[in-house]
Amino acid sequence: MAKIIVMTSGKGGVGKTTSSAAFGTGLALRGFKTIVIDFDVGLRNLDLIMGCERRVVFDFINVINGEANLNQALIKDKRVDNLYILPTSQTRDKDALTKAGVEKVLDELRRDFDYIICDSPAGIEKGALMALYFADCAIVVTNPEVSSVRDSDRILGVLASRSRRAELSLDPVEEHLLLTRYDPDRVEKGEMLRVDDVLDILAIPLLGVIPESQAVLRASNVGMPVVLDEKSNAGQAYLDAVARFLGEPVEHRFVKPEKKGILQRWLGRTA
Amino acid sequence: MNNIQQNSERDGSFQLRGNNFTLMVLKLIDPGDPGFLPNLVNKIRQAPNFFRQAPVVLDLDDLVGDIAGLDFGRLVTSLREVNLFAVGILGGTAALQEQALRAGLTVLPAGRGGRVDSDHRSSPPAAGTGGATGVSGNAGGGDAGGDLPARAAMVIAEPVRSGRQVYAAKGDLIVLGPVSAGAELLADGHIHVYGALRGRALAGVAGDKTARIFCQSLEAELVSIAGLYRVSEDLDKSLLKKHVQIYLDSGYLRINALS
Repeated sequence: MAKIIVMTSGKGGVGKTTSSAAFGTGLALRGFKTIVIDFDVGLRNLDLIMGCERRVVFDFINVINGEANLNQALIKDKRVDNLYILPTSQTRDKDALTKAGVEKVLDELRRDFDYIICDSPAGIEKGALMALYFADCAIVVTNPEVSSVRDSDRILGVLASRSRRAELSLDPVEEHLLLTRYDPDRVEKGEMLRVDDVLDILAIPLLGVIPESQAVLRASNVGMPVVLDEKSNAGQAYLDAVARFLGEPVEHRFVKPEKKGILQRWLGRTA
Repeated sequence: MNNIQQNSERDGSFQLRGNNFTLMVLKLIDPGDPGFLPNLVNKIRQAPNFFRQAPVVLDLDDLVGDIAGLDFGRLVTSLREVNLFAVGILGGTAALQEQALRAGLTVLPAGRGGRVDSDHRSSPPAAGTGGATGVSGNAGGGDAGGDLPARAAMVIAEPVRSGRQVYAAKGDLIVLGPVSAGAELLADGHIHVYGALRGRALAGVAGDKTARIFCQSLEAELVSIAGLYRVSEDLDKSLLKKHVQIYLDSGYLRINALS
C-alpha cells in the first residue's frame, strides 16, 4: 500500500512543483516506486519541470472522467527507474476534480506504488483541498518570509480539519516542513526569517532546508529535477531531506553562510 | 447544554431520566412597579432569539414593594405574553412559596447551581431606568446538578492555526499550544494560552467584565475583555513576548507581567 504525500503550501511560487519533482525523484533513486501527480488543473507545470511535456497524451482528468485508463496516462521517466508522472489537463479547471474521481485513481495507484506525491496548487480552494484530502503525510513548503509562513500555518489548519483523516477521526496527517529558497547570507543580515523563527511559528518537524540556488532555475528550464544535478547544493539538500523522510539521521546543512575563499570574495560570487 | 445523567429508568410507556438545563433567572425586585413590563420588553428586544420561549426561574430573594399583593397567576400570564415561560421560583418566604405552588410553579432548591454564577460573574447590564428588572444570565439548573462545575472549560491541545476561530461558550478557553497570527479565540469566560499568543483573544465576549486573558508570550494582534480592546500597535513594547495577564480594572484594560 502506497503512502500518499501532499506537497502543499497555501502560497504560490514557493517551490511546490520543484520540490515534488525533486523529492519524487529522490525517492525513486532510493528504489521506491514513486508517482508524482499534478493537481494544478489548468496550470499544468509538473510535466515541464520533469521534462516530459512532449510525451503527454492523456492526463489525470481524462482518467477521472473514464476517457482513458491509468496506463495510458502514466508517463515513465526516462532517466530514473521507478519514477512516474501523471500530468494534468491544461484546458480544464479545478472543478474537474471530484472527490470520487480522485479517490478512484488514488486507490488504483495505491496497489502498485510505494509513494504517491500529490503536487498541490496554491490556495485553499478546491484544487488544494482535493490534493490534500487523501494524504497520509504532508510536506509543507515554506519560504523564510512572513506571508509564506502565515499561509503555511493556514494550510496546516486546513489539513487538521478538512482532510479525510480529520473527517474520519483517524490518526492525523503526518506533517513535515520543507524550508525552501533559504539564503543564509540574507538571514545573517536580517533580511529573511531564520529557521528557528519559522519553526517557532509553525511548530512542526523540519524535514529540510533547501538553499536558494541558481541550479534550481537552471534545472527547471531544462526539465530536469534538481536532485539529478549532483553538484548543486539544492540537489544535495533535497536528497538529505529524502533520507530524513526515510528515517535516517542526517544533519542539516546549508543553514549557515558558507565560508568564502579569497578568490570568491574578490569575485563576489554567492553560488 | 444538557448533560444526561447516568441513572435512567425505562418502563415501557415512559423513560425517566435526569437532565441538566441552563435556565435564566429573573430576579424580581418590584414587579408591581408600572415600569416592570415595559423595561422587561425592552431588555428582551435586545436579543429576541435568546429569549424566545425561554424558561425562566423567578428569584424572590430581593423582592421589595408589595410582597403580599404579589399575584403569581397574573405575573405568569404577563410573562408569557412577552414569551417568557416561568417554570419555578427560587427563595422567598414560605407563604410566597405556597402561593407559587398553587399557581403551578415549582419551588427550586436554592442550591449552588442557582447562586454561583450570579455571585462570581457580572450579569449583563440591567435595563437602565429604576432598576426595576435585572435579568441575571446563565444560572445552572438547581436539580441534581450540584456536583457539576458552574463553568465548563474548553481545552484545545493542538496549535490554533491561522484562520481558525475557537469559541468557548459559557466558559473558559484553555489552549495548550501556540495561537497563530490570523487565529481568533473567543470565550465567555477567561482565556489561558500556554504558548505564544500571536492571534486575537477576546475574553468575556458575553459581557463578563471579570474575565481575564493569561498567556505565556504576548505577541497578540488584538486583545479584548468584555468589548474593550487593544490592538498590537498599542501594546506596551516592554510587555511583548512576556508572560502576562490582561484584565479590566475600573473600566481600563490592564496588562501586567506575571513573575
